[in-house]
Amino acid sequence: MNDRIEKRIELKAPVARVWRALTDYREFGEWFCVKLEGPFVPGQISRGQITHPGYEHIKWAATVQKMEPERLFSFTWPHPKSIHKADYPADCSNEPTTLVEFRLEKTASGTLLVLTESGFDKLPGDRRLEAFRRNDGGWTEQMKNIEKYVTQKP
Amino acid sequence: MSHKSRSRTVLNRQPRAAVFAALGDEMRLALVAKLCAGQPRSISELTEGSRLTRQAVTKHLRVLEGVGIVRSNHRGRETRFEFDPQPIEGMKQYLDFVSQQWDQALARLKALVEK
Repeated sequence: MNDRIEKRIELKAPVARVWRALTDYREFGEWFCVKLEGPFVPGQISRGQITHPGYEHIKWAATVQKMEPERLFSFTWPHPKSIHKADYPADCSNEPTTLVEFRLEKTASGTLLVLTESGFDKLPGDRRLEAFRRNDGGWTEQMKNIEKYVTQKP
Repeated sequence: MSHKSRSRTVLNRQPRAAVFAALGDEMRLALVAKLCAGQPRSISELTEGSRLTRQAVTKHLRVLEGVGIVRSNHRGRETRFEFDPQPIEGMKQYLDFVSQQWDQALARLKALVEK
């Protein structure tokens, strides 16, 4: 089982364009579905309100880490115990966080964007997702994952 | 019953890394494999056919119980242990959920910059 998420996506747009879409707070808000209060500043907390249908009760509060122009944009953000409207915490500032990093690389056809989110192993094991819980998969697959994990990282 | 609910609350707060650490032992993996069949088992049943003593099996079970993937129930004088996949499956599902959210967000980003 991985403790991180990694996504690689090829974008047919110049690096400068992708950088702007990531770091201009209005453009970021457009694709991320969040209404941000102001620009991203390293070391500062970016605040806003999620606009994604069904998640409008979620407040956005991420601490901007690095902004290396056209190379790296990163922030940490909280993962509260529950994201359900009924028990979503009013204040997430003490919740455990993960690190989100966007790395950009110029390619022949545009830009390679590598997104990683790491630090899930530091979250308590009780993140609740009843609304999204599926009944498929199950333990057989989990056993394989555990075996793989313990053989790779004894 | 009260023991069961108490252990669940406390144990589910263990970081996931602790779950993996607990499983990084051949004997404990073997015990989990036995309990995976779904039936609650007594210490005697779990010791049968194993090279380990009853005490050693109990110790390993307590480690697994400590990270919340095994829980114990008392029935009369007997303690029965059963497997609880919830902490592991819960995290896997959470990761899958966050991952899906990123897929959707990145698809919207792609649409925006390639417009």
